[in-house]
Amino acid sequence: MSILRGVAIRIGAHPVLDFWVFFAVFPFILPNRTMATQVLIFGLLAMGFNLLYGYTGLLSFGHAAYYGLGAYGCGIALAKLHVGSLWLGLAAGLGLAGLGGLVIGFFCLRRRGIYFAMLTLAFAQLLYFIAFHLADWTGGDDGLRGIPQLTLGLGPWQYSIETTLAFYYFAYVLVGLAVGALKRILDSPFGAVLRAIRENTSRAVACGYDVNRVKHLSFVFSACFAGLAGSLDTLRLTVVPVESLYWTTSGQTVMMTLLGGAGTFFGPFVGAATFLVLEERLSRVLEAWPIVIGAIFSAFVLFLPKGIWGTLTGGIYGRQSA
Amino acid sequence: MPELSTLVAQVFTGLVLGMIYVLLAIGLSLIFGLMTVVNFAHGALYMLGAYFGVFLLTYTKSFWIALIVAPLMVGVVGLLIERFLIRRLYGRSPDDALLLTFGLSLILVEGVKVFWGKIGLTLDPPRALAGAVDLGFMTFPAYRLFLVAVIAAVLIALYFFLGRTNIGLIIRAGSRDPLMVRALGIDLGRVWLVVFGIGTALAGLAGILAGPMRGAYAEMGVTMVIESFVVVVVGGMGSLLGAVVAGLLIGQVVGLTTLFVPKLAEIMVFLVMAVVLLVRPSGLFGEAGLME
Amino acid sequence: MDRRSFLATTAAGAAALSFPTVLRAQSKDPLRIGFPLPLTGPFGALAADQQRGATLAMDELNAKGGVLGRKVEVLFRDDQLKPAVGAQRTKELIENDKVQFVVGGLAAHVQMAINEQTKKSKVLFISVSQSDEISAKPDTSPLTFHEALNPTITSRAVGNWIAQNLGKKWWIIYADYAWGKQNNAVLTDTLAKQGGTLLGSTPYPLGSAEFSAHLPKIQAAKPEVLVSMTPGADNIAFLKQINSFGMKKQMKIAQPLVWLPQLKEGGGELYGDVYGGTSFYWEIEDTIPSAKKYVDTYRKKHNAPPGDYGAYAFSGVMEIARGCELAKSTDSEAVAAALRKSPVYDHYKGKQWWRACDNKSFQDLWITRGREPGKVKGEWGFVDVVAKIPANEELDRTCKEKGHA
Repeated sequence: MSILRGVAIRIGAHPVLDFWVFFAVFPFILPNRTMATQVLIFGLLAMGFNLLYGYTGLLSFGHAAYYGLGAYGCGIALAKLHVGSLWLGLAAGLGLAGLGGLVIGFFCLRRRGIYFAMLTLAFAQLLYFIAFHLADWTGGDDGLRGIPQLTLGLGPWQYSIETTLAFYYFAYVLVGLAVGALKRILDSPFGAVLRAIRENTSRAVACGYDVNRVKHLSFVFSACFAGLAGSLDTLRLTVVPVESLYWTTSGQTVMMTLLGGAGTFFGPFVGAATFLVLEERLSRVLEAWPIVIGAIFSAFVLFLPKGIWGTLTGGIYGRQSA
Repeated sequence: MPELSTLVAQVFTGLVLGMIYVLLAIGLSLIFGLMTVVNFAHGALYMLGAYFGVFLLTYTKSFWIALIVAPLMVGVVGLLIERFLIRRLYGRSPDDALLLTFGLSLILVEGVKVFWGKIGLTLDPPRALAGAVDLGFMTFPAYRLFLVAVIAAVLIALYFFLGRTNIGLIIRAGSRDPLMVRALGIDLGRVWLVVFGIGTALAGLAGILAGPMRGAYAEMGVTMVIESFVVVVVGGMGSLLGAVVAGLLIGQVVGLTTLFVPKLAEIMVFLVMAVVLLVRPSGLFGEAGLME
Repeated sequence: MDRRSFLATTAAGAAALSFPTVLRAQSKDPLRIGFPLPLTGPFGALAADQQRGATLAMDELNAKGGVLGRKVEVLFRDDQLKPAVGAQRTKELIENDKVQFVVGGLAAHVQMAINEQTKKSKVLFISVSQSDEISAKPDTSPLTFHEALNPTITSRAVGNWIAQNLGKKWWIIYADYAWGKQNNAVLTDTLAKQGGTLLGSTPYPLGSAEFSAHLPKIQAAKPEVLVSMTPGADNIAFLKQINSFGMKKQMKIAQPLVWLPQLKEGGGELYGDVYGGTSFYWEIEDTIPSAKKYVDTYRKKHNAPPGDYGAYAFSGVMEIARGCELAKSTDSEAVAAALRKSPVYDHYKGKQWWRACDNKSFQDLWITRGREPGKVKGEWGFVDVVAKIPANEELDRTCKEKGHA
């Protein structure tokens, strides 16, 4: 165990580099290669959530909203507006999610604690029902279809990303860049203020920080990460289910982050991988597998609140019990 | 524009729905006010109430026994959850209890399918309440009138229990200032246990009461818990009067939008909450600063 | 248990769970069919029926020595009734489990997501639940087959029958989502063609089953027939409320579909005198030999009769096998071509056929009437079959209307 912990701590020292190295070989270690991309995408979504919950101390129960906005933004741009370029699709998704974060964050951040959590949930559900009934644009409950499979254009070159492995490395680069961006955010003075807010909001206010603005910015960043995850999933599945916006997506994101370790850099990815592998394996052998998932999750909340990665790294990045 | 009788009928339907919200929200609010625990498993316990009701009805053949015993059984489940699980989380962030009960609700929803099968079950009202009552200007199902009466009676009983008994006094004091109550030598741990038991039993009662109108099925509590949370937040966290007023209000809002613009029925609940929270941040009857 | 041993146990458990694939990959080369279905979630009972039907087909095929001399293996995966999960499981089935075909899906939206993946991988997919879009452009493909009925066929067939036999003054009540809206549109159109009058049409939010406010209005309008599209748990709530208003005595209640698990749940008390359509009801075994055979085998194994969704699944798997034998190949294109070339089959309820333009299966359906309490036969005999609507391509939209030039 102490070896594991040593390794974990060393990984914590150069997280971005380690991300590039580890995920370069990830599809080959996983029993199920198809799942590798899913882990990247849901890990990114959980990472966005973690910026808000783990690093800023704000429990959002509505991250489905930004994931879904990203997915629909990309999907609608490609299927309805026929923008014809994968990059424009991604930009549309990211933009819509960021805009959603800006507007919804403005309202939600006027309240704190449980009220904040409930407001985020309420706005996400609001978007879900809007998408459900706005079938001309969203495909309604049948989901948005007709999303073309595009090639990846880099300057004059076009690459096919149709195979699972090709798409994985495409997503790997984008998620890697997002991970690098998160690291920059956390290492900046802004990141230090985030943690100050998490530890003691009133003190951060007393120090003269514009806490609300900082939180709002963190909210928007968080939404952008979630939106990128949603856009990538649209490109991967070429369909946007309306359930992307449903609260169960938010609940799953919370579970992944908690399993991996909230407030730790790699926790979200560890959690996403653990959750998805468990779900896939368990559901093959046991019909009532959600009971097991629920029990494991409850056990983590009770006994391992720092999650897998937080426990391994001994709380170096760990969220202190606050 | 619908006719007046339709409107009246829908107002009454909204009242029935609102009463069920009230029962669920009061339980949530009690637990929250005293223990600052957000019980996400409340919807699953509501569902469990309906299932226990079916179970008891099958074996005792008496709706009345089921009506009384099923909530008690749910209350016992609640006691066990508090004593052996939630108690470990006191002193930690309130988020943790929310997350734990979220996990528990997954277990309960899937668990009832293992015990009672994947097909939903029906729960019949007693013969005496099966038909419709002619109110002169309209007919209305007798069972729904009965449901409103039962819940009203329970609310009155609860009012006297909290307002006029010693334990009620301690509960109210405990939610105001737990430190002070402890300093007076009162074992709050036991009070918490009792409150969690009562709160969950009320959820169970809501479940068995709703059963004869909707049947019992594993997912029946999933949306109810979110809507009940909305009621609690609108009414003001920890405020019982708030839960009653907000529950009835949300019932009417849902009922009337279903009639006029069905597309908006699901959205209205959240719109009302967003508006209330932005205009009156601590809810209609909440105290400012609680649980922020 | 302390934290470390807890972690260690979890890790060991995870390792143990990942072994089976490694072992399975070593075995000989069977014919693999992937089958995503919502084993968890609100449609669990219907999915269980699907799983039984497909398993029965697999056992039957293997008892005869398999297909092209290869053992048939159906791999079931829980899609949780979520399209994204259905899509993911389908990709895994195709890429990791190397299935040659996919059958399955139990809701329009999950089917669509599955279909997106099978199209990309050029794998033949037989969809076995209701949807209008799955066999129409742009969603469909030459490798997409649709075994189940769809809202257009069901509502036209049932609507015509209601208008001719129960009355032409209707009120429609429907859940406000794709399936409900499609049926409402088709029924409204059908009624107009029959020269009937639609007194009113009421949408309600799916899943919030409160009808009592609408019921007095409907009572006052005195329709001859109240047609309802209230799926799943809503159906039970709807019929309960109809009963408590005493409306069954005032008008006929009809719905395009009735489902066996719900019949079991509601019994004669709720479903007595309620008319409905179905693609399969087990008592047709009395007159149809292939149905008799299917019901007998199913009953022997499960001690209960099969439902309609299990039968679709059974037939879907059997069609894959028939296509392989015809094509002497497991290549999706070849099998699809073979099925279009010899489109007629009968696995469980009489003659069915694939229409060449859209790979849509045409089949008989039945109108049933619920037996009153006391008249229910045994544990599962809930309805009388009152009419058979023979398979007819005119009941669906034309090839042209569906975008097939």
